[in-house]
Amino acid sequence: MSGIIVALIGMVVFALGYRYYSKFVAERIFRLDPNYVTPAHRYKDGVDFVPTNKFVLWGHHFTSVAGAAPILGPAIAVYWGWLPAFLWVILGTVFAAGVHDFGTLVLSVRNKGQSVGTLAHRLIGQRAKILFLFIILILVLMVNAVFAWVISNLFISYPASVLPVFVQIPLAIWIGYAAYKRSKKMLIPSLLALGVMYLTAIIASRVDFLQIDLVSYFGGEGAAGLFGLGATSSAFLIWIIVLMVYVYIASTLPVWKLLQPRDFINSHQLVVGLGILYLGLLFLNPEMTAPITNANPDTPWLPLLFITIACGAISGFHGLVSSGTSSKQLNKETDARFVGYFGAVGEGILALVSIIAVATFFANSDEFFATYSSFTDANGAGLGVFIEGAANLASGIAIPPDIATTIVSIIVVSFAATTLDTSVRLMRYIIAELGVEYKVPALTKTHVATTVAVVSSAALVLLPEGPKGFGSGGYQLWPLFGTANQLLAGISLLLIAVWLRRQGRNYAVVLIPMIFLMFMTLYAMFQQVIFEWSWFGTGSNTLLFVLGAIIFVFAVWIILTAFSVLTESKNTTIDDEDRK
Amino acid sequence: MLEKIKLLIDYYEEVLSMPHRQEIARELRNEDDVFLLLLYSEMIGIPNPVYYYTLELYPYMIEKFHDWHLRMGMEKSPLSGIRCC
Repeated sequence: MSGIIVALIGMVVFALGYRYYSKFVAERIFRLDPNYVTPAHRYKDGVDFVPTNKFVLWGHHFTSVAGAAPILGPAIAVYWGWLPAFLWVILGTVFAAGVHDFGTLVLSVRNKGQSVGTLAHRLIGQRAKILFLFIILILVLMVNAVFAWVISNLFISYPASVLPVFVQIPLAIWIGYAAYKRSKKMLIPSLLALGVMYLTAIIASRVDFLQIDLVSYFGGEGAAGLFGLGATSSAFLIWIIVLMVYVYIASTLPVWKLLQPRDFINSHQLVVGLGILYLGLLFLNPEMTAPITNANPDTPWLPLLFITIACGAISGFHGLVSSGTSSKQLNKETDARFVGYFGAVGEGILALVSIIAVATFFANSDEFFATYSSFTDANGAGLGVFIEGAANLASGIAIPPDIATTIVSIIVVSFAATTLDTSVRLMRYIIAELGVEYKVPALTKTHVATTVAVVSSAALVLLPEGPKGFGSGGYQLWPLFGTANQLLAGISLLLIAVWLRRQGRNYAVVLIPMIFLMFMTLYAMFQQVIFEWSWFGTGSNTLLFVLGAIIFVFAVWIILTAFSVLTESKNTTIDDEDRK
Repeated sequence: MLEKIKLLIDYYEEVLSMPHRQEIARELRNEDDVFLLLLYSEMIGIPNPVYYYTLELYPYMIEKFHDWHLRMGMEKSPLSGIRCC
């Protein structure tokens, strides 16, 4: 089957979902009211609460939610064949992610623009808030570990990407300075920054000594490295330490100095990346050479598929963005459908191209099975295959493969690095908040909280032993990242259901995805924790066992809370207090 | 055609400059808050020798003060000295 046809089918389903399903949800379930005074107008302050044009808000919302995760998940999940991944991405986006992102936006708009965490406290109670904090803590810890591994792995596999990625840092600081201190127009500096980065990429791809290849400095893969470790292990160790030092500094700087301008360059990279991939797809018209389904997987697709692809099908992180910033800037309530639902569709489109890039890369299915020989291999190799596959698509618009590989790896690393920066920052806030909650004043200090965040993340990424030795097993944490993310989405869906129920509306559209997600999460964690990671499991691993068990308990907790809240007597109907 | 490109560039500037504008506004607002606090420190019990003069600014700040307490999550004015609502 041609890759273009697969992309077209996906787009058509997304379009139908937006046209009909989101309309149904907007009119019949959420009952959006164009005359409702949104928080952006009611609390207008020119800073957080600013009424914003819906297209502009969508652009901002989309660039905030899209990152490396919707690329990595689908690239791994193609292990079960491209069809299951494809179906989960399109159906998940239409029926779960769309409703979730849209719903959290509406929920927050109807509740003074408050974030999901605050709403959990208000709608369910104090326990829900603590549960929420802990789940986010686990989620950001996973994000830190997984993305630190992703970046180190890419630096080792694609040494040409190192220099351009580090060039991005001073460029970002310069843009931040230009934008703030002189409030210049952004177009020219951004294009310049992008040009310099890609020029560095082209030069580094062709000039060997500009490629910072730590493994070869140690004398190749077999050679000995630091502290009696092998060369690859030492390379992982060094990169992870460098990254941790970097995020420590980056996450304690003011947002506008580095994080925001980096985000800013990344949103250009997102457009460039999506453009290159879809144009390449159009001109190359490759066949889907990966098998439709994998007949003999060593790990069954049910339930792991649903946690391997989190971002791209449904992701709890979007709820944080929807309710944290976008809801405070919504001009009219009816715009929520476009911003929320279409934001999820945007991420679906990114996940879709990731599946296509991987599935069209191989010459035939034998080659596919050689790379994706087991689920563990798929976890380790997925991202690399995506980069090669994306470079293959880019050859459709005459970009040489070595340069395309470097550019795509830079795009993925930049996304991952910004995510890392944001999540260390978030973790610092949460640790400080827990410090207040449990009266440990030391934890509220910026540097103490950051140190705790950075050291625990570094420990987590260094502990799992992978096939290439010390530090190379960070990808084993990926299923845990997926589950934590799905749990967060579960809580948000629960909040929307509670709110709808109290309004006396039909809440099945959120309840069904919630039950589905919770069931899959519980099932997956039960299976992984008992049969895989426990001391009598096939891949016994204490660390993963403990983390998995914690997530399992949280999932049970959410389900019990959901059950008790949703079955309490119906007399608790509360009016929309903002409607007055 | 040229019009459309212009619109596109405007859209682009708008999307990307939004968070930046927000940060600038936030810094300015924080400075303003500190400034107001200095001017009206008397109201929260910190002696201020120039209070008599700063009081002349009272009519100009009522509206700002109203925005401030709404922003801080207080529906009504928390200070009896300032009656904005």
